[in-house]
Amino acid sequence: MPNNTNAIQVTDLCKVYRVPVREAGLTAALRSLVQRQTREVAAVAGVSFAIQPGEVVGFLGPNGAGKTTTLKMLSGLLQPSGGTVQVLGYTPQRREAAFLRQMTLVMGNRNQLQWDLPALDSFELQRAIYRLPADTYRQTRDELIGLMEVGDLVHKPVRNLSLGERMKMEFIGALLHRPQVLYLDEPTIGLDVTMQRRIRSFIAEYNRRYGATVMLTSHYMADVEALCRRVIVIHHGHVRYDGALSGLVERFAAYRQIGISLAEPTDLSAYGQVVASDGGRTTLRVPKADAARITARILADLPVRDLTIEEPPIDDVIEQVFAT
Amino acid sequence: MRHLFDFYRTTMKLAVITQLQYRTANYFYMIGMIAEPIIYLVVWSTIARAQGGSVGGYTSGSFAAYYIVWTLVRNMNIVFTPYGWEWRIQHGELSAALLRPIHPLHRDIAYFAGWKVVVIILWLPLAAALALLFRPELHPTWPGILTFLLAIWGAYLIRTMLLWCLGMLTFWTTRVSAIYELFFAVELLLSGRLVPMALLPSWAQHLARYMPFQWTFGFPIEALVGQLTPAQLLMGLAMQILWIGIGLAGVGVIWRQGMRAFTAVGN
Repeated sequence: MPNNTNAIQVTDLCKVYRVPVREAGLTAALRSLVQRQTREVAAVAGVSFAIQPGEVVGFLGPNGAGKTTTLKMLSGLLQPSGGTVQVLGYTPQRREAAFLRQMTLVMGNRNQLQWDLPALDSFELQRAIYRLPADTYRQTRDELIGLMEVGDLVHKPVRNLSLGERMKMEFIGALLHRPQVLYLDEPTIGLDVTMQRRIRSFIAEYNRRYGATVMLTSHYMADVEALCRRVIVIHHGHVRYDGALSGLVERFAAYRQIGISLAEPTDLSAYGQVVASDGGRTTLRVPKADAARITARILADLPVRDLTIEEPPIDDVIEQVFAT
Repeated sequence: MRHLFDFYRTTMKLAVITQLQYRTANYFYMIGMIAEPIIYLVVWSTIARAQGGSVGGYTSGSFAAYYIVWTLVRNMNIVFTPYGWEWRIQHGELSAALLRPIHPLHRDIAYFAGWKVVVIILWLPLAAALALLFRPELHPTWPGILTFLLAIWGAYLIRTMLLWCLGMLTFWTTRVSAIYELFFAVELLLSGRLVPMALLPSWAQHLARYMPFQWTFGFPIEALVGQLTPAQLLMGLAMQILWIGIGLAGVGVIWRQGMRAFTAVGN
């Protein structure tokens, strides 16, 4: 680790792609032979943040926001067009072996295991690649296999495993060298709810046990809520929010949800927007500033059996951030 | 060095295990590959008989020996092709390789070397069957045998370097397959694959001296079946080392430039 105490330090990071543009038609095709036109697209435009060792940070944004581009610059797969990145004191784009031995990038849609062989064989290859001493390797491998509860699956050829089982093996393979920095890009994509939960608890346990720094992108807000106290929201290449997950709700949630249970079904549309109605239970959406006043009115006007005031689902809040 | 050796040993072991699983497919592939040398063999044997028993010093028996050994050398020449580079980049395999603390060239050399071990084992009965069928004449010497055993691996390394250099052009163009076709045509003519080097016109033999191809094909075969002197055997091995060095330098230069291009746009 360098003098800088941050595990990840990003300052004014930019990535500009030059993409070819051409009008449709034969004339444009002929013109492009002699005069190639391009335009510049800023995928990441001046992003700055710092992450402490051991932090688990959600990196959120809609498709095309610049999340994966940023993660690739942080892992050394892409050269920044501007700005600086330091990860564990290294400049990722140099891809020094000492840096690569301390990080991992897990992408939910990519398979790094040997398809025809049992995962154990792929793990053995990881041992050789990362120069792990035999004892350390065996200990970590068995520990991770135990955490993932896949002891009976590691002997089966990878091609015979389900998607979720393969993902578990991917995680074990990616963490055998006990990386200090984990970039997880949609790690639970396509998995069922049970498997998502399993992966989440595995990440949390790895973070707790080894003090690793984790950056997570996910479209499943359950992943973020379960793992991240802090989130960085990126949109159109700019950081829109960097802070506590709870603060995100506080700052961007423009409304509250009031759940009301009545003895008989009643039309409550006069009090707010009805978002759900199931027998005697109705959920209303009301402006945050009016929540207390409307609640008082409902309690005064109606024979309420039960009433709750809730923050809106995080997905809705994120949508709100992108809309502003 | 110890760690690199461990990586090579582990990767080769995985390749052997994987390819043994595909032994039937490998066998069918090798059998399919036999059609080409058999056609050459039949044509040249016919010409030799028509010319009174030999052509350019090759008899039917020595042609049989040449083209039977050809089948092994051809298999040793199979490496990761330029066609695969586009797939490798599009499917993110290269990105994954770049995140590992070892150069991807090591993986390719080690994996295909492991595969070759399986190929050699599978080739032995095939060669025996071809020998029964075509009655080869060969009188190998111990220096020739030893040189052959080294030269088939030298050939493998030269071709790996050359096709890596070609494949890496994918960093700049998606039309590498067209360049590869041109490379392949020159290689076919000037390597000893289509016809033994001794039967080429003198201008072609002269041209071939400045190219790497004969050291990947003709030389290993002739080391075993030809009558090369010890000096020629040593010269051949030296030329292989030279071309491996040139290829490695080419890989180094193109890789550095290619990485700049690739990490500018990524995948």
